[in-house]
Amino acid sequence: MTAAAIPSTTRATAGERPKPQRWDPGIAWRTVLLHVVLAAIAGLAVAPLAWMVSASLMPAGSATTYPPPLLPHPVTWANYHELFAHLDLAHELRNSALVAGLITVSSLLFNSMAGYAFAKFQFPARDRLFRLVLLGLFIPPQVAMLPLFILLRELHLVNSFAGVVLPSMATVFGTFLVRQYVLGIPDELLDAARVDGAGEFRIYWSIVLPLCAPVLVTLAVFVFMSAWNDFMWPLVVLTDSAKYTLPVGLANLSREHVQDTELMMAASVVTLLPVLLLFISLQRYYIRGITMGGVKG
Amino acid sequence: MSQDGIIRGDAGGRAARRAAFVFLAPGLVLIAVTFLLPAVASFVLSLTDFDIYAVADPSNARIIWLRNYAALARTPMFWIALRNTLYFVLAGGPISVIVSLGVAVLLESELVRWRVFFRTVYFAPVVTTLVAVAVVWKYLYDPRYGLLNAGLHALGLPSVDWLGSTVWAMPSIILMTVWKGFGYNMIIFMAGLQAVPGDLYDAARVDGAGAWQRFWHVTMPTLAPTFLFVSITTMIGFLQLFSEPYVMTQGGPLHATLSVALYMFTEGFESWHVGMGAAIAFVLFALTLIGALVQLRLRPKGTEGGA
Repeated sequence: MTAAAIPSTTRATAGERPKPQRWDPGIAWRTVLLHVVLAAIAGLAVAPLAWMVSASLMPAGSATTYPPPLLPHPVTWANYHELFAHLDLAHELRNSALVAGLITVSSLLFNSMAGYAFAKFQFPARDRLFRLVLLGLFIPPQVAMLPLFILLRELHLVNSFAGVVLPSMATVFGTFLVRQYVLGIPDELLDAARVDGAGEFRIYWSIVLPLCAPVLVTLAVFVFMSAWNDFMWPLVVLTDSAKYTLPVGLANLSREHVQDTELMMAASVVTLLPVLLLFISLQRYYIRGITMGGVKG
Repeated sequence: MSQDGIIRGDAGGRAARRAAFVFLAPGLVLIAVTFLLPAVASFVLSLTDFDIYAVADPSNARIIWLRNYAALARTPMFWIALRNTLYFVLAGGPISVIVSLGVAVLLESELVRWRVFFRTVYFAPVVTTLVAVAVVWKYLYDPRYGLLNAGLHALGLPSVDWLGSTVWAMPSIILMTVWKGFGYNMIIFMAGLQAVPGDLYDAARVDGAGAWQRFWHVTMPTLAPTFLFVSITTMIGFLQLFSEPYVMTQGGPLHATLSVALYMFTEGFESWHVGMGAAIAFVLFALTLIGALVQLRLRPKGTEGGA
């Protein structure tokens, strides 16, 4: 099955599905009940995040009074000011953006190249090699960490951004995702370009990549988010607090400032807001990536 | 590695074969050097007494064969970590999958309006930063000022010492994990539910099957491959439990939330018992592999046929 043929969950079922035509008390009652349940689940999904935002705007110490307040009174930006003025969170924000940006750009390049080659070039043992690579999906990343750390130490890359970025520059999942999509591009299109005398790199750059645009956006959103949220590997590699990414810095800060609830909530907002906004603006692409990954298994 | 040994294709001749190699090499070399080979090296490392002195100079490491594994088997802490991880996987995994399936079924009902809105809201916790939400939940779980206990009080129930008690710490971590993750499998189940042919439902309805019977006899068999995929990937993810205990409990109280991955981290990267850490990591790999194989074996007949 080609990736392009997979229906997205944002499909136009609203039109396809027959809506109940006449007013029927049984259906109306069930519709209301269903939406009450759905709204309750929505409340549970949002509540922790809503409280986080609310507490981040509370004056220091007021979240830990009894009974715990739900809304800030008065609203204050002091916690955010403290984070950026004294705790230098801007520095960690920059580190995170740099690391996630580098990982995104390089993984787009290397995964699209490898995925294209696996989909469209014939060579002996190609499918066996691909299956070998796919075995990587069953290996927990923690298994590779100690030897990789020792290797990076020999290369003097411990405590460097390069050390954080290196293991994510090309991934099994990314290569798989691109391959599934490229399989759906007709061979005739590429052969026609070859007949016209286009070089292989030109075909990749001017024909394959533009046709892959949707899956590349999906991959970019996926990779950026997982790089931004990644914790264990940056924690292992980065030893100097000036190089911390947001999650590592936040985990560290939360041990030093256990009592400062409002400050920690502001730091949490700063950490997760960028990915949340990215998701809300590009969710169509993100969700397509999940179902594409789930089809072949 | 010679080019011609790898690529001897027929599409486009020699230039195309060289191109295939050039396209594959950077990605495959990166994956091999940073992931696949270290994973293999991890097993070799687990057969050595690699420690802090060997970190300074690798020639200090000696082969000790399976003595790390023998030492692990005698270490109570290892068994505690293993038990906690299995508790998390075997209790948290099924709960998480069932919640995802239940919400997906509700959301795929033909009566739902604003489906995309609900889907977005349910999915939002998935994309949030795990460390950040772990910090948030730590405060929600606060026995005195946390909102969860405030809610229990409002209902007239006694308060719970969520992360502070050996009994409740792991269920608390499971609850947070389910909240954060259910939207992911929900999306996969929704795609699977859309693949169930509508006329099958109609036929079952004509035969007098109720909603519950239709779910068990029409929906579930069609969903079996999706279910298998979801349960295997969920298990693999849950086995890697690390950030939640690291941030919320540091493995406590009394090691009640110490996971295998967290134990590997403290042994390997904090105590610098690298050989021992590699052995623990390899146990994690073995658990993943065994778990996946068992589930593939146990799948109902006909699952592989794609129904």
